Amino acid sequence: MSERKVIMGNHAVSYGVKLARVQVISAYPITPQTQVVEMLSEMCADAVLAAKFLKVESEHSALAAVIGAATLGVRTFTATSAQGLALMHELVHWSAGSRLPLVMADVNRAMAPGWSIWPDQLDALSQRDTGWLQLYCESNQEILDLTLLAYRLAESLSMPVMVVYDAFVLSHTSEPVEIPDQSEVDAYLPALASRTKLDLKTPAAFGGLTSPEYYFEFRYMMQQAHDRALVLMDEIGAEFGRRFGRNYGALETIDCDDAELILVTAGASSSTTRVVVQERRRRGQNIGIVKLRLFRPFPVDAIRRVLRKARRVAVIDRNLSVGCGGIFAQEIRAALCDLSDRPEILGYVAGLGGRDITLALLNALIDDALERKAEEGYLVFWGLKEETLYVER
Amino acid sequence: MSSDSRQPRLPAPELLISGHSACQGCGASVAMRLALKALGEQTIVVLPACCWSIIAGAFPYTSLRVPVIHSAFEAAGAVASGVRAALDITGQKNVQVLGWSGDGGTFDIGLQSLSGAVERNENVLFVCYDNEGYMNTGIQRSSATPQYAWTTTTPEKYPKETPKKNMADIMAAHKIPYAATTSVAFPDDLIFKFKKAARIQGSRFIHILSPCPPGWRIPSDQSIKVTRMATQCNVFPIYEIEAGDNYYINIEPEGVPVRDYLKAQGRFSHLSAEAIEQIQRRVDFEWERLLHKAMMKRFGE
Repeated sequence: MSERKVIMGNHAVSYGVKLARVQVISAYPITPQTQVVEMLSEMCADAVLAAKFLKVESEHSALAAVIGAATLGVRTFTATSAQGLALMHELVHWSAGSRLPLVMADVNRAMAPGWSIWPDQLDALSQRDTGWLQLYCESNQEILDLTLLAYRLAESLSMPVMVVYDAFVLSHTSEPVEIPDQSEVDAYLPALASRTKLDLKTPAAFGGLTSPEYYFEFRYMMQQAHDRALVLMDEIGAEFGRRFGRNYGALETIDCDDAELILVTAGASSSTTRVVVQERRRRGQNIGIVKLRLFRPFPVDAIRRVLRKARRVAVIDRNLSVGCGGIFAQEIRAALCDLSDRPEILGYVAGLGGRDITLALLNALIDDALERKAEEGYLVFWGLKEETLYVER
Repeated sequence: MSSDSRQPRLPAPELLISGHSACQGCGASVAMRLALKALGEQTIVVLPACCWSIIAGAFPYTSLRVPVIHSAFEAAGAVASGVRAALDITGQKNVQVLGWSGDGGTFDIGLQSLSGAVERNENVLFVCYDNEGYMNTGIQRSSATPQYAWTTTTPEKYPKETPKKNMADIMAAHKIPYAATTSVAFPDDLIFKFKKAARIQGSRFIHILSPCPPGWRIPSDQSIKVTRMATQCNVFPIYEIEAGDNYYINIEPEGVPVRDYLKAQGRFSHLSAEAIEQIQRRVDFEWERLLHKAMMKRFGE
């Protein structure tokens, strides 16, 4: 029987990892990730979870350790945030190139300096070109569910998957979460059976020197895996729905069919956006939401299908690629650019470094998005102190 | 144990095969061949960036008859820990994990993950085959490069001023069950130590002096002879440290002057008589200190 508990987002990950029967865990503590690994340490110590937990001396070593373990075909887990993920970066590339089915939780936290422990998506988005799949969560339920789904995706594709969620807004906030029954999870996620793993009987070398004669094809095969992931995400997500009653696809679309304006969001601010949009709908405004769940691979076709019908799209980025703009906005522009009937796309950057994305801020943003000249909407900083008067008007 | 036998009886398994890509006279290939003879087939090699990344062969080939996991340069300690964890959780406790790094991957960039691994007393045998510089990238100084030696980043006019780190002592300071030095010039000592280390649980560390003919500027047919001199003149003493405290010297020095060792190598050809004398004094002092450690009563006795 499943049970319902009120738990913080970090513990939702821990429960997911336990239900996935992970065998080797390695992690290094960083705020706001710490409760993930604290709870897993206790689960291992109490033998509730039969895993080896390596308490290593850095995030770089945490990812290196699970790379070593996964090469032998065992199921692994690590979790980090911000500076820790940046320190891992070399091995984020390495693990994807090694085609290892790793799962990592990243708690979205702003990059220093100045030191910030608050939400901002740049840490995960800075890893977008590594080959890791990325899933963005809106709620603690989604964190637990996508952790399980991530293992299915990773192991079906031999590609690593990152489960991403907002610092504090989710990591430290308690919500009711349905914790599935172990036997049902076992049926959804059977024991890992790696197609290629280290075998002492047939010795092989992993990750060695690769000449230009072979390297190119290996990268092509990684792209093929991501192409398959787009199909698999919806299949595996639908199967999750049949088993557990909650469906997951690459995107979630809310009221988009007749929408004149579509807001694009990712992560916890999607929830706040839902509230604002519901109220606008009651007032007769045709506004919809596209919530990005899968960011890598980028679901280009699905995004085109849903966004091309709108007159306007406003992308809300809790991240900034300095010198360019919000990263989700850039990706959406690229996905739509060759459509002749593409909507106007406005790029809003909001909530950097944990500044709250409030109902008032989003309401003002919608007003702005309905009125703003399209040619002045390429990059709009929303909620800067200088504009406070405007936001509160 | 006899250390002067000219033809030690080598264990049978030949797990390094011909066609590998080591240079002529390379100590690293000799070291691996002997180490695997001692350890046998139930061994997994973790190989960070080093000369051995090349010697092991390019995809789709491998020169080893045991599994090899290539790893990022600084990560051998952690990757090996993960391999160990996976073996243990799947009930393969009898398999040896061999972390095999050069001096860069041990003394420098790999020191953090190595220190972390041995502090956790991971059941792994860590090896440093030490050719005293970044030889794979074309002979740059590392912190294992001897004082005053020439490298491409320590030209003769601007030599390396600091002495070589004592890696065995750094490992011993972690109080690991076993740390030892050995040399490709003493194959019976090397094999003995690998066999001994294989029987010990927990973190073990073996430091192998391993010549690099192009890096040391020596003829390839002199590499073993010159390496033997390093021990005969006490530049590289051969000893064991048990439980981090108890020192045992395994090879008696032969009173060869340091000058003879230095003069045999092009990398020291620019040294003044004064510099050589200074090195001799440092070597004498370090030997004296090692003798004191070996003469101390055993911890707990």
